[in-house]
Parts: sequence; structure tokens; C-alpha cells
Amino acid sequence: MDFALLAVQILNGLDLGFILFLVASGLTLVFGVMDFINLAHGVQYMLGAYFAAALIAWSGSFWLGLVLGAAASLAMGLVLEWTVFRHLARAGHLEQVLATFALILIFTDGVSMIFGAGALSINLPASLAQSVPLTHGFSYPLWRLIIIAAGLGVALLLWALIAKTRLGMLVRAGSTHPQTVQALGVDIDRLFLMVFAFGAMLAGFAGTMAGALTGVEPTMGDSVLILAFVVIVVGGVGSVRGALIAALLIGLVDTLGRAFATDIMGLFLSRSSAASAGPALASMLIYVLMALVLAVRPSGLFASGD
Amino acid sequence: MRTKYLLGISCVALMAAATASVKADPVRIGLMATLSGPASVLGIQVRNGFMLGVKELGGKLGGQPTTITIVDDQFKPDVAVARVKDLLQRDHVDIVTGIVFSNILMAVEKPVLAAGKLLISANAGPSPLAGAACSPLYFSTSFQNDTVHMAMADYANAEGIKKVVLIMPNYQAGKDAAAGFKHDFKGKIVDEIYTPLGQMDFSSELTKVASEKPDAIYTFMPGGMGVALVKQYHQSALVGKVKLLSGDTVDETSLPGIQDAALGTISASHWAPNMDNPQNKIFVASYEKAYGAPPSFYAAQGYDAAKLIDGALRKTGGKVNIEALRKAMDGVPFKSVRGAFKFNNNGFPIENFYQVSIIKRPDGKFVTQAGAKVMDMAKDIYAGACKLPPR
Repeated sequence: MDFALLAVQILNGLDLGFILFLVASGLTLVFGVMDFINLAHGVQYMLGAYFAAALIAWSGSFWLGLVLGAAASLAMGLVLEWTVFRHLARAGHLEQVLATFALILIFTDGVSMIFGAGALSINLPASLAQSVPLTHGFSYPLWRLIIIAAGLGVALLLWALIAKTRLGMLVRAGSTHPQTVQALGVDIDRLFLMVFAFGAMLAGFAGTMAGALTGVEPTMGDSVLILAFVVIVVGGVGSVRGALIAALLIGLVDTLGRAFATDIMGLFLSRSSAASAGPALASMLIYVLMALVLAVRPSGLFASGD
Repeated sequence: MRTKYLLGISCVALMAAATASVKADPVRIGLMATLSGPASVLGIQVRNGFMLGVKELGGKLGGQPTTITIVDDQFKPDVAVARVKDLLQRDHVDIVTGIVFSNILMAVEKPVLAAGKLLISANAGPSPLAGAACSPLYFSTSFQNDTVHMAMADYANAEGIKKVVLIMPNYQAGKDAAAGFKHDFKGKIVDEIYTPLGQMDFSSELTKVASEKPDAIYTFMPGGMGVALVKQYHQSALVGKVKLLSGDTVDETSLPGIQDAALGTISASHWAPNMDNPQNKIFVASYEKAYGAPPSFYAAQGYDAAKLIDGALRKTGGKVNIEALRKAMDGVPFKSVRGAFKFNNNGFPIENFYQVSIIKRPDGKFVTQAGAKVMDMAKDIYAGACKLPPR
């Protein structure tokens, strides 16, 4: 096998993995700390991309739009927490699922009404919309490298926040012993507000980074949401480290599966049956992985509170 | 908002018409399109085009009171079957039209045709319906899926392209696109990559293409998938080394998302806004006025479907008799916005295909522009397998 090709496909896998990590880290904190199932997390990914697309067009500056877009995502997270999520924090999972599913419908249709159902574009500046040469005649899009770097940066930041700060200690404690934390006089509602808004900002940021590659459209959050739930189930609910490892694992398995499943099937099957069996197998692989992990470690690779 | 306004107006007009002439024979039409989800941008264009045609005729097709029931197939074949049964049994429609995606059409054709109703596809053109499974009750105002891709293969041949990698979504129309391209392409197909319908990240596929070093990629990615693929191609190192050829991918539905990256791409189509005939000039101008954006060929096909039904009703003197309507439609009782138009024995059009390039208008909007004719009054390759007599 060509190692340069394999290396580039691994980069592609990491790229998808870090996007998933940005989405899943917020989701796993909200789920783990507050035991809150937030189906609207994918909507926050989509809204972040729309905020950035609109603000980049409005300000005429890519970087300014990116920063303002993240700020708008944060603000949206605060507004949603204050108007909706706060009132559901002590409700059952069914109520949370119903209410946040309603938010998906409301925001997806609302955005289609305002911006249209078609894809919008986040135009990268020309200096970013190019590729950089790697080895052996392969080049790699610069923006995808930036996504990997940004994902690493956020992972480090989250690790520092959670492991080294008082706030992080409360988050860790809240994910395993919420009653004790509350009994010690910590305002768990405020903690939730901060965690939630920060998660919404990360999701919006991920939507912007991915939207510059794929275009921005109202339903872009739906498929990401499903993958993000796979990530947190595999990684262990509430564990940011688990989310990172699982996101990279799923990004790699999905990408390498798409890249090589047809060729590998071609070793056993005829060309035409491999061409139909390969893609089918590739789209199943991450769910097979999830089933295997759950069979061995039912609470995920890194159970909460590790 | 403008869409809603227009629909509101026509609904009021329809109700007024229905109450004013109680005795007249009403025409009941079911318009099914994909109106939600990422693919809805195509369905909305089909619906807008159709409703624009209806509005132009004062809400009365063939001068008759007309009711139009619009349903959303949600891009799910099972939902589509349930909705089409509603249309047939609850709304008693005489004609089912619209239908953007081939997998949806393959799911609903049986219930509609078995009920003896007319089925007019305003976009989907799956190969089975063009061949052995053809029906005298089926008409298309679009094209058989393969044909546009055959036209692109002819273009690739003329450009001296020898090695091609196909990237297609894994469903009926993607397979038809591959079959159509392969039918006419004289060079070598290096690889065929099928991706799940709705996939937006093509990093893995484009890397594979880079390792295979073909002369060109040929792709068919309708809607948002096309936006994603063209943008990612332009950020990759393939630009300048591997050409990107596409059919039904870069058009007015995806151009607002692709923008400048689309300039320089070549595709083929049976229609573009610059088609030089009086009916098209009226259509393009009134579409832009009503919806604030240039129409795509999807809208043109929807508009033609409304005009086809109108023309057939005028021929039958307003009588809603399926057999009479069918015969009237065979004679092409309308002027298509694409110009020359005939029906083949399988109900698909015989029409011209043109090489299409992308231009940026002075107002900043991107549109397709038809250039040289690449196929003259083309027939699809499946018509021979259809046992119906010529129409």
C-alpha cells in the first residue's frame, strides 16, 4: 500500500475527528454534568455556521466574522439556556428529548425561511483556500490543517480548564456527585449555564470550520448530531478525554473505511460487487465499532469522572 | 415570504374559482416534491415554477377551476407512497406531477399508474420507466437521467479526455448517471466511487482521486452535495491537474453556495436562462420578479409541466377524461421554454442538449449559460426497450 496515500487519508480522518470532538465535547459535558439530553446541539452547530456566514458577509472580514460568529453562538447558547433549558433541567429525559427536538424543527424551518433552503457559502480568503504540498506529490488543503490545529488547541484548552481550574473541578465533581456539589453551596444552575453556553460556542465554532468546507445549510447539524452521540457513547458520557479519543477513533474509522473498504472488498469479490458492498460496509463501520465497545465496556471507553 | 404570498394568492383564486362555477368539471392536481431537508432547494424550484405557470393562467389550467394539492415527500420513499395514496384516495386527483428524485418516483409510479391516473414527472427520469416498464400514462417534462451524462461524455471525448474517475451518490440517479456517461465515453474509467446520499465531506474521495491521477473527475451531485464537492475540489491540489466535469450539479440551485469556485466549470443541460425564445424570456423575467432569484432548470421543468396540463385541457375542451388528456398530451399542446420539444414513445422528451458554462452577472448573481449544442434532438437509450408505439 502507498504510505503517502495512507498518511493523507489519516489526516482526513483526524480532520473529521476534530470536528466531531468540537461538537461532542460540549454535548458530553451537558449530558454528563447535568444529565441533560440536548438534541438541539446539532442546531447550535448549524446556527454557528449561519451566524458566521452572515457576519462575514456583513463585516467583509473573514476573521472578524469568525470571532463575531463565535460570540453570537455563545449569546445564543445563553439565551436558549435562559429561555428553555433551565426549565427542563430537572425534568425527565423524555421531556428534554421532546423539547429539544421541537427546537430542531423550529430552528431548521426558521433558518430556511430567513436564508432559504439552499446552501450558503463561507468564502475563505484566497490565502487560506489553497493547499500546501506534503510529501510524494500529495498536497493537503490548508483549511483542513487549520481545523486539526484548532481542534488540538481546543482540546488543550479544555484539558487545562477542567484539570487545572476551580471551575473545572466543579464540573468534574458535578458530573459524578451533583447533590454533594450543591450541598456544598455551589450554584449548580450557574455552573450549568456556563457549561451549556461554552458547549454551544464550541458547536457553533465547529459548524463554521466545517461550513467553510461543505457550505452552510439548514439541516447540516442533523447528521453531525448523530455522530456526536455515537462519539459520547463510545467515549463515555461526561468524559472530555473520552470524547477526544472516541471522536478521533470514529473520524479515522469512518474515513479509512470510505477510502479503502471498496479496495479491500475487491480482494475477495468481483469488481462490481465490491463497488456496491464497499460503500455499504463503510457506512456501517462506526456503528459496528460502537456495538463492539459497548459489548466490552458498557459505559464507554472512559467512564464519567475518570 | 414571497413564495407563501404567491401560494396564498393562488389558493384564494382557486377557492374563488371553485365557488363561482360549481357545475364546471374541476381539475384536481397533486403536486409532490421534496420540500423539506437538504434536498428541498430543488423541490422548491419545481413547485415555484409550476405555481408560476398556474398563476400566469389565472389559477385556471385549461380555463377550468383547478385545485392543486401540494405534498412534501420528505425525500423518503415510504412517506412518498403514503402521501400519494392520500392524493389518490382522499383528494381524488386526476394528475400527479412534480417529483424531484428518482428513488421517490420509483416508489410512487405504481400506485399512480395502477389507479389509471396521469403521472407527469417534472424532474426525475429513472431508466426503468424509460425502458420495459414504460407506460402510456407517464410523461416527463425533464429528461431521462442518463441523457445529460451522455452529453457530457461526448464533451469529454471531444476534449481529448482519456482517463476519468466517477464520483456518484449511491442511488438510482447516481447509477443512471454512471451508466449514461459510460455509454458514450470512449476513454478509460479508472475508478467508480459511490458515496452515501447526503454525504458532504469528500476529503477521502478527493485524496483517492489524487492518487489515481486521472485526466478528469466526472460527477453528478445535485443540491448541497454539489456545493460541498465543488468547493472542496477548489481547495484541493487537484485544480489545474484534474478537471472537474459534472452534470446536474452546478446550476442555479447550488450556485449561491459555490459562487466564484463555479466559474470555469463546464456541464451540459437541456435548458439555461438564456434560451432564445419568447416564452422563455417571459418565464425567466416573471420568475425573477416573483421569487427574487434566477430560475434553475428545475423551475423551468415545473413551469413546462403546468403549461403541458393547461394545453392538454384546452385540447379536450376542459373535459377531465384521462384517455382524452393522454392523447392531447402526446401532441405536445404547449410551447416549452427550452424551444424544440417532442415526446418519445416512452413519454420522455426528445430535446436538444447544450454545453453550459457559468457566468457572473453584473448584479453579482451567478447563472448558467447555454453555449454550443452537443446533442441534437436526443433520444434516451432505453426507448427501444419500451414496447409502446410512437406518440
